[in-house]
Amino acid sequence: MLKINNLKAGIEDNQILKGINLEIKAGEVHAIMGPNGSGKSTLASVIAGKEEYEVEGGEIDFEGQDLLDLTPEERAHKGVFLSFQYPVEIPGISVSNFIKTSINERRKAAGLESMPAKNLLKMLKEKMELLSIDKGYLSRNMNEGFSGGEKKRNEIFQMAMLEPKLAILDETDSGLDIDALRIVANGVNKLRTKDNATVVITHYQRLLDYIVPDFVHVLYKGRIVKSGGKELALELEQKGYDWITKEADKQWA
Amino acid sequence: MSEKRQQSEDKLLEKVTTTEYKYGFTTNIESDTIPKGLSEDVVRIISAKKNEPEWMLEYRLKAYRAWLEMEEPNWANINYTKPNYQEIIYYSAPKQKPVLDSLDDLDPEMKAMFDKLGISIGEQNKLANVAVDIVMDSVSVATSFKEKLGDLGIIFCPISDAIQDHPELVQKYLGSIVPARDNFFSALNAAVFSDGSFCYIPKGVKCPMELSTYFRINEAGTGQFERTLLIADEGSQVSYLEGCTAPMRDENQLHAAVVELIAMDDANIKYSTVQNWYPGNAEGVGGVFNFVTKRGICYKNAKISWTQVETGSAITWKYPSCILKGDNSIGEFFSVAVTNNMQQNDTGTKMIHLGKNTKSTIIAKGISAGKSEGNYRGLVRISKGATNSRNFSQCDSLLMGDKCGAHTFPYIEVKNNSSKVEHEATTSKIGEDQIFYCNQRGIGTEAAIALIVNGYCKDVLNQLPMEFAVEAQKLLEISLEGSVG
Repeated sequence: MLKINNLKAGIEDNQILKGINLEIKAGEVHAIMGPNGSGKSTLASVIAGKEEYEVEGGEIDFEGQDLLDLTPEERAHKGVFLSFQYPVEIPGISVSNFIKTSINERRKAAGLESMPAKNLLKMLKEKMELLSIDKGYLSRNMNEGFSGGEKKRNEIFQMAMLEPKLAILDETDSGLDIDALRIVANGVNKLRTKDNATVVITHYQRLLDYIVPDFVHVLYKGRIVKSGGKELALELEQKGYDWITKEADKQWA
Repeated sequence: MSEKRQQSEDKLLEKVTTTEYKYGFTTNIESDTIPKGLSEDVVRIISAKKNEPEWMLEYRLKAYRAWLEMEEPNWANINYTKPNYQEIIYYSAPKQKPVLDSLDDLDPEMKAMFDKLGISIGEQNKLANVAVDIVMDSVSVATSFKEKLGDLGIIFCPISDAIQDHPELVQKYLGSIVPARDNFFSALNAAVFSDGSFCYIPKGVKCPMELSTYFRINEAGTGQFERTLLIADEGSQVSYLEGCTAPMRDENQLHAAVVELIAMDDANIKYSTVQNWYPGNAEGVGGVFNFVTKRGICYKNAKISWTQVETGSAITWKYPSCILKGDNSIGEFFSVAVTNNMQQNDTGTKMIHLGKNTKSTIIAKGISAGKSEGNYRGLVRISKGATNSRNFSQCDSLLMGDKCGAHTFPYIEVKNNSSKVEHEATTSKIGEDQIFYCNQRGIGTEAAIALIVNGYCKDVLNQLPMEFAVEAQKLLEISLEGSVG
């Protein structure tokens, strides 16, 4: 589904990603871990198409097309979803209005009519149940006055409504207490199918107790320095990153 | 800033400057026009053409003489070349008159024009339940639903008809809220106004439909000076909406209107304006100079609510105000003012609290894009006798790009200790991060801006009658197309 080939990117003159290679197939869950400043969030932003990042080389093949040729919204229309580490407030726009606009813009791009209100309502109701969200939430303004946990839940709610092929969860666990974490993880698990893929970016092993990955990658100084199965995450939990980063530094020296 | 982003900004900016004014066509309707220039004779001609009674001519002449001694104000934060008042045509009327028995008898050219403007004076309006008075250039050309309203005792007609048919009401109230001498433009208007709308809602009557006046400047070189007088008698209720457009012309056209509202005890007036006069082109050539005086008075327990969506005009100078004379009366002002390209506006409100326990609310949302300048100017005055009064003001500015400006000039005067005044103000820009967030959800940049702007204006747009709220939303989108920075 997604094949990243020697991706190099940064901000202005500062190269952050220094040649990323990663392949993700439908049905898989990949975890990307690594110490602060290793480039995890940059990778997520570059895949989603955030403009301030300058891509200097490589490609991001998504189902046969290079995402780098597409605008952020075109990538979204193709089924790429980013759950933001810091979701943005949009004052005066209700959650339901935002999601409706989002769904209908995507349908428009695919040459479809707007989703009938009846279907939309039904779908909203289903997904709210899935994520234990109460009704009053729909009429609140997008992320305005939301707690950290509510913002993250709102991200996963949008993901549930948009049914993306590739979901990238950027530090979705940060700011969540253990109950909220369980609900969010539970939601993500229920949304898994054999046709979609999930990338979980996280600092801690904690989230991976709930969303069990097929593969774990360690990102360090803009490169993937180690990949393995879910047991790698446990090993990191016990031993920290030092043993990997020291190895990498030695190699690059 | 990255080169790529710079390019996309340039592209968007180019698009803004090429966004066209949709209503800029002219219509070939034969008109009866007098020579340009202003003098006592011109005032007499206008009055004679309207076959006015002596008192009306006297009123005009007095105003004209007062105007001669007045100076055009220059305290507003706007720059423009003052019009040459001798180069303006003060009276122009479509030839097809007298007022038609049925709207079906309209000149086909005129009918086509209304279709283009999206105003249907036939079936559609019956469905939408809106009665319309249409003022083109200087005179009212069509009023619908007159009879149905008449059954309830409601008078809704061109003000020139009211001068003939209801002189006692006009004579009593005309100029009672906005005296001719009030300011330079109100004096000019009082001298030369040729039409406008008149409305009277009798005691205890709740007007069953929206009343609406549609203003159109068509003829080149003409000024438009309409006069609106709305009287809501005790315990009555009315919602009134005005809209305005003009053709695209290279010269500046002058529009100087006066609106007076009278809300008697327990009456409720809601007055909404969607102002979309031609704003001039991207270089600031042409466009309407919009100098408007709007004021209402509230007697006991009465309420006046002004809502305005201002997207047009090269220059806007306008402060719809409320005199809260009666105890427990309420004044409201909800405004969205958009400037783009080279537009300038200086707009706001005055809330004059005289009665006890009076309340006022001001929500003003400014949006500036291009190289435009937006100003909020407002006065909240709480007099000594207006004990336990309250005001809440919120003035927000949204900037797009880095070449525009937004300024707020709030004046607050409180003369007693029991009243409470609150003022909040914010200035913000549409964030790149907000746009990216929307983009990531599949919402393109244009749609994202529209969404963010609509959210920003929601408190004001919610005040508009339903069908016009949708129109106003579309208008905002058109006015701001591509104006991200």
